[in-house]
Amino acid sequence: MSRTITTTDKKPKPKADVIGGHTLSMFVNNKPGVLMRICQIFARRAYNIDSLVVSQGRDPKFARLTLGISGDPTGLPQIILQCHKLVDVIHCYEHTPDNSVVRELVLIKLAVQGGEKRTEVLQIVEHFGGKTVDLTEESMIIRVEGASDKVDAALRLLNSYEIIETVRTGKVVMARGELDT
Amino acid sequence: MAKAKQEELDGAQALIKTLDDLGVEYVFGYSGGAALPIFDALETVKTNMKFVLTRHEQGATHMADGYARATGKPAVVLVTSGPGAGNTITGIMTAQMDSVPMIIITGQQVTWMLGKDAFQEADIFGITIPVVKHNYLVRETNELPQITREAYHIATTGRPGPVLIDVPKNVSQSPFTGSLEAELDLPGYKPELAFEDIDTEAVEEAAKLINLAKKPVILAGHGAMLAGAEPELMELSSRTETPVTTTLLGKGVFPESHALSLGMLGMHGTAYANKAICECDLILNIGSRFDDRIIGQADKFGANAKIIHIDIDRSEMGKMIVPDIQVVGDAKAVLQTLLPLIEETEHKEWNEHLTGYKKKYPLAYKKQGGLRMQQVLDEIHELTGGDAIVTTDVGQHQMWAAQFYRNDKSFKFITSGGAGTMGFGFPAAIGAQFAQPDQTVIAVAGDGGFQMTLCELATAVIHKLPIKILVLNNHYLGMVRQWQELFFDNRESGVDLEGNPDFVKLAEAYGAKGINIKRPADVRKKLQEALDYNDGPVLINAECIKTDNVFPMIPAGAALEDMLTEPPKYKMAKPVGST
Repeated sequence: MSRTITTTDKKPKPKADVIGGHTLSMFVNNKPGVLMRICQIFARRAYNIDSLVVSQGRDPKFARLTLGISGDPTGLPQIILQCHKLVDVIHCYEHTPDNSVVRELVLIKLAVQGGEKRTEVLQIVEHFGGKTVDLTEESMIIRVEGASDKVDAALRLLNSYEIIETVRTGKVVMARGELDT
Repeated sequence: MAKAKQEELDGAQALIKTLDDLGVEYVFGYSGGAALPIFDALETVKTNMKFVLTRHEQGATHMADGYARATGKPAVVLVTSGPGAGNTITGIMTAQMDSVPMIIITGQQVTWMLGKDAFQEADIFGITIPVVKHNYLVRETNELPQITREAYHIATTGRPGPVLIDVPKNVSQSPFTGSLEAELDLPGYKPELAFEDIDTEAVEEAAKLINLAKKPVILAGHGAMLAGAEPELMELSSRTETPVTTTLLGKGVFPESHALSLGMLGMHGTAYANKAICECDLILNIGSRFDDRIIGQADKFGANAKIIHIDIDRSEMGKMIVPDIQVVGDAKAVLQTLLPLIEETEHKEWNEHLTGYKKKYPLAYKKQGGLRMQQVLDEIHELTGGDAIVTTDVGQHQMWAAQFYRNDKSFKFITSGGAGTMGFGFPAAIGAQFAQPDQTVIAVAGDGGFQMTLCELATAVIHKLPIKILVLNNHYLGMVRQWQELFFDNRESGVDLEGNPDFVKLAEAYGAKGINIKRPADVRKKLQEALDYNDGPVLINAECIKTDNVFPMIPAGAALEDMLTEPPKYKMAKPVGST
């Protein structure tokens, strides 16, 4: 039976993990246009935003941002100060793995038509503490959540099966202990 | 305080009332469809504000800029949507680059048409994000007073800058039912202001370095002027016998006639200021952002010196130069914290050494071979006692004005430094003359820049402003031509301004007085004639040598030690730095 689900979200040539570099968190006014101001600061200085998560704060007046960015690390302190300077940014911090908790979630759609392969996939999913969230005769959607390298590892293993598409949430970060995010 | 019974207002009237309440004195603008309700409110609301109709929106922004730089207070720019708003971009950018407070109010299409390519719709909020300190697109009529008050607060505190408010027509013409006294809500805005914010440990470290220094130099910038730190700067310099150089925008913050003054540093600064920076063992930067025009090649700037940086804007720290000690704060407050820790010291040898440079490399010009811009500027400096407000455009005349119009006071030299905006000088002079009606205001321009905003002659004539417009006319874009001569084998490309009008006739066509100067011997007499004429603007067209060059010069991106004090005798490599 031929696969009926088509996508342009193809697997790229093997390459080191896509999400790297630095993790920033920002606490900002929850208003239209705030993201434009922030993005301009990064784009102007040739930084790429690899991942971006925006969500409402506990007080809906504010929003939380987590940005995964890559670019020249020597310019980063300057960029953080520039973000701080924006009237709509309450604060902006950089987080390192040892002072913060970073999580992301990935949804993976695979073409698996039952039998041995499906069993193998389910074993991998179980190993990573993931879940099957959608199942049809031809396909399944898997959810894996964790630190970025765990998500990367799950994807690496599942790459030997027919992945149709993947969607990652991007990193969310929270500072450990007494620290402020 | 809400009045017992608030009269019925619409949004535009609430906006105008709020601006008046904030103490805004001048509105410079140009009307248009989307701004109709706001222009109507200028008629229906009784205020102390004066409206000045310009001839182009860019002129309005430069007038507000000149007004602010001559008073320290912001003026308002009021224009319509689309092209009206678009024409303000250069002026807003100019203000942002030079930390000038300004409120720009733009009319906008009605909210339900936004994003639909409606007539005269432009996303001016999105377009101006990179060139403003902050901006707003107002969606609720009742928010107008709060937003206006926030805009004024942001524009005038911390490091000043322009703030734009985009007001859709339905927002301005709907009934206003809110409070005119709305409170600010700016949780993310913390301008460094007060004594308690100053890092005293850093100040103590700075004091140690200053007390130990053998060859110190103070570099004073616009920030020192905006903070009103002139007395503290003088005290610090006198107590420690430390010479002071200023940036272009800092001209006048330390008297240039003072024995300890080194004048302006940088690309076309004095040789002695640049040599002092090369040889010193301490650079105390007070309120300058280490602009690329000052530092040249960054890694060679002050290579043998300790560097202390005082700036109100934290994001300037380490941007161009990584200082040994940084102190974030208002320059006046920081210096007041610093001064009690500073010992009286002598630097006789160091100052004598620098005096040697002053004698060896004075700012000078040849008096033969035709009329030179330097001579005109030198003589008008003498005739006005150095006490006029001078505005400039950008280019050779600007650098010569900086060199030869020596300033002893702040807020007297108004020029587009960061943005380098041609067409700035004349409208800025109009703003400055409105701000300081009793002072002599001289707009120094080249023939190129003047033609970019000369339509404001009408504005100056209508208001009978006695501005002296000094067009230093070499029929060239002289600075670009200088670069082509030095670095591009003298291939002239796009610099010959053939087709210039007869500027005297042009002035007369607008109803202004026009004077020609052609011979060096006539300069003094003709300038005096212009200075004596006060019934309106007077344009002095000085026909100058076509191919003179500005020296000293540090090619862009080169180190300060590679400064040229005279025309090079060998072919120069193309500079690595930008313009």
